[in-house]
Amino acid sequence: MERYYQKEIETASAEQIREWQNERFLKTLAHVWKNNTYYRKKMIDRGVIPEDIHSVDDLWKLPYLTKDDLREAYPYGLMSAPLSDCVRIQSTSGTTGKRVVAFYTKEDIDLWEDCCARAIVAAGGTKEDVVQVCYGYGLFTGGNGLHGGSHKVGCLTLPMSSGNTERQLQFMVDLESTILCCTPSYAAYLAESIYEKGIRNDIKLKAGIFGAEAWTEEMRRDIESRLGIKAYDIYGLTELSGPGVAFECCEQSGMHINEDHFIVETIDPDTGKVLPEGEKGELVFTSITKRAFPLLRYRTKDIAVLKREKCSCGRTFVKMSKPMGRSDDMLIIKGVNVFPSQIETVLLNQGLTSNYQIIVDRVGTTDSIEINVEMTPELFSDTINTIEIRERQITDAMKSMLGIFAKVSIVEPKSIIRSEGKAVRVIDKRKLYG
Amino acid sequence: MSVRQLSVFAENKQGSLYETTAILSEAGINIRAFSVADTNEYGVIRMIVDDPRTAAYSLSSEGKIVSVTDVVGVQISDSQGGLSKLLGIVSQAGINVEYLYAFVSSIPNTANVVLRVSDNETTEKILRESGYSLLTDEIARTQI
Ligand SMILES: [Zn+2]
Repeated sequence: MERYYQKEIETASAEQIREWQNERFLKTLAHVWKNNTYYRKKMIDRGVIPEDIHSVDDLWKLPYLTKDDLREAYPYGLMSAPLSDCVRIQSTSGTTGKRVVAFYTKEDIDLWEDCCARAIVAAGGTKEDVVQVCYGYGLFTGGNGLHGGSHKVGCLTLPMSSGNTERQLQFMVDLESTILCCTPSYAAYLAESIYEKGIRNDIKLKAGIFGAEAWTEEMRRDIESRLGIKAYDIYGLTELSGPGVAFECCEQSGMHINEDHFIVETIDPDTGKVLPEGEKGELVFTSITKRAFPLLRYRTKDIAVLKREKCSCGRTFVKMSKPMGRSDDMLIIKGVNVFPSQIETVLLNQGLTSNYQIIVDRVGTTDSIEINVEMTPELFSDTINTIEIRERQITDAMKSMLGIFAKVSIVEPKSIIRSEGKAVRVIDKRKLYG
Repeated sequence: MSVRQLSVFAENKQGSLYETTAILSEAGINIRAFSVADTNEYGVIRMIVDDPRTAAYSLSSEGKIVSVTDVVGVQISDSQGGLSKLLGIVSQAGINVEYLYAFVSSIPNTANVVLRVSDNETTEKILRESGYSLLTDEIARTQI
């Protein structure tokens, strides 16, 4: 029997969801229009006023928000509630430019935690469970989000935060944790440490909720078999609240988007045109229940596919695929979409560093892709045979991730040129645009 | 009993070997034996040096990828058939040699051979029983 945190909502009819969305969307729009100068100006620039918007069907008329808007409006420009109503901020760990900060009222946090609670129950969580949260606590949304969700479900919650593997494992064994929440790469690392210590039989984990970074099906199966658990994906962005925008159910074939809180669209990242549901495109979210920081038509830059079909779990919310990459760095090679993030995932899964460079070229009419990656002590061996075996493993993993052959070349450490401390990731020699 | 060998990753580009030897010379390291194995794209430099620890430290602090492996070092007579005889013994014992290299010794009529095998202990035992003298780090530091 499938269990739900909020059954009536999670299994609501399409008409019911539509009704909620219409009502909440119009209410949020009026709220933003009234209280947010930044977005009101964007709407006026675009020649649209609330009177032009009658239902979700008119959503397309509204201007998009991007991360650039968030940076420009930093820190308070996109708030729609007075600071005195806010009780929390969270922030992204942005690598470039200003950080993005998001604000929450008490109610915003409450609803966000509901979303996380749904994810925990979908992963099999009950009040009998012990949930070990090893996402970072603090400005990062991962720790606080799952922590709040776990409380709501009534699980015994271990607020471990990230790092200190020794202590993680000791608590996992002593307190018999049953559900693990962390990034997939940390889960893989914990699994390895558990094997090294020979304590596989002392752990009681049954499920894991892993998100906040790209991971592959291969990695999922690997973590599942090594820890003897079911591994569930979770999706979210700080800008929209945090983890729990979408979560995986027992079917493990995509994440149900919490449509009572978010309206999702897919768009063509180049033209900004809305695509029919089911076509691969950039995800755009509109939050319809938040008070402090409700973003309308926020472009995530995540490329994914939506799938609206009957799910065996009984949930009726649309499902999104795992993000396949980022719209701003997509490469088309031999007609196949390739994302540097996919390449990075493979390299990290294979124990390499994320110091790499992608060189795309065209010989005659054929595209070629070469990946330079820096040698690491783990990859190196005094026998060439061993290095070659490892190289082949990387090439094979790359092929299964990308769907095309990519030549992998190992270069000396620090030989990939960095500008301002960051490596230039892609060199496209094809000159496709003139 | 075995000898420590230093292996360094080197891309096939101009100056790559020189970089490595320059770092070692700067650190006052004496290179006793030197060999390179390469593919189309990169090579592995293998060395016996007088002070493997300092050498590994100097190279890795210059950003080189280094590994230290225990290998079997053996003295053979520098005469016709010397190497062949050694390999015959090893092969007969069913030991698989991944690679080897030889270098002359300062001891008259003697050469040194470095063998990379999967099982150092067995190999050394067999060689000792066949009357060979084995190299050690101590010997490598002072007198080969
Ligand atoms: Zn489902």
